Amino acid sequence: MTISEKIVSDLVENDVSFVTTVPCKQLAGVIDAVDAEQSIYHIPSNKEDEGMGLCAGAYMGGKRPAIIMQNTAIGVTINTLVTLTQYYRMPLPMIISYRGELREPVACQAEMAVHTKALLNQLNIPTYHFHEESDVEEFDAILKYTFMCNKPVAILTDASFWGGYGE
Amino acid sequence: MIRSDILKEILPILRDQLVICNIGLPSQELHMMDDQPTNFYMLGTMGLSSSIGLGVALAQDKTVISIDGDGSVLTNFGTLPTIANNVANNFILLIIDNGSYGSTGDQPTYAGKKTSLTAVAKACGCQNVVECKAEDTAKVLQAAIDSKQMTIIVAKCESGNIKVPVITKDPVVIRDRFMNAVRA
Repeated sequence: MTISEKIVSDLVENDVSFVTTVPCKQLAGVIDAVDAEQSIYHIPSNKEDEGMGLCAGAYMGGKRPAIIMQNTAIGVTINTLVTLTQYYRMPLPMIISYRGELREPVACQAEMAVHTKALLNQLNIPTYHFHEESDVEEFDAILKYTFMCNKPVAILTDASFWGGYGE
Repeated sequence: MIRSDILKEILPILRDQLVICNIGLPSQELHMMDDQPTNFYMLGTMGLSSSIGLGVALAQDKTVISIDGDGSVLTNFGTLPTIANNVANNFILLIIDNGSYGSTGDQPTYAGKKTSLTAVAKACGCQNVVECKAEDTAKVLQAAIDSKQMTIIVAKCESGNIKVPVITKDPVVIRDRFMNAVRA
């Protein structure tokens, strides 16, 4: 089972059936796997705050949602995370590509990378960092934790976790 | 007619439906005129009424009406292609277009100038887009509900506000009772 298949399989096991995505090169495989999974309604969004609105609605409509996005989105979504997801106490697993970490080829990505954990920490968002391939084993427990506590939870997945950029 | 006049006229229609109401004065007006557990009031996060409403509509079968404003749709323009490409026939987006940012002091929006939200919605691929005069809103809204087709309504009205108290309900209470109403 690939990492992407394991992530989607855990989503299904945890009854997550509504997933919104904003693409990142690093996440292409898991987005494809989400799209191929029949039990998940995959709804691409044009911006991550829009996606969080969709997820809030889906949750209130009775489905368990998740969002897949790049870490640059933290800069886009702070207001939404605080005044929607957290204020109304809604669960939201956020599977995030942690661009700008080791093996990153694009210098600009390092600029948001240095702020990512600090911002998540400032927002009191529980944050997990997947660096080794085996870290994916915790994903199931993280999903259970997210829907237990009704909080947005960040899973940062870096280039080493995904096997690099083919360098 | 101003926005609060439209809301007053459509209250009997809204009462039986799930409603996601836009931040600021629209939510405060609806809350003051006819608070219902089926109303989800946005207390923050400008622009996401249509996204939240579409999410609720895609997740269950009951009719969902998102009440939005022209300024808020301009804030979250990406919502229109998403709506067009994810058809939920139990979803109605009611854009009350008064050409101004009402909650912040009636500053003009581009929708009140050269930009037509009706034309934009059509260009984004939305199929049932109806622009109407303020006084026809109730009739058009009821027809949209009866049609069981996803519909975008752009109700044109004058800008202007009435005095309303802020909503002091706890957000978790608003969310919890709305979710109970969804399940009921």
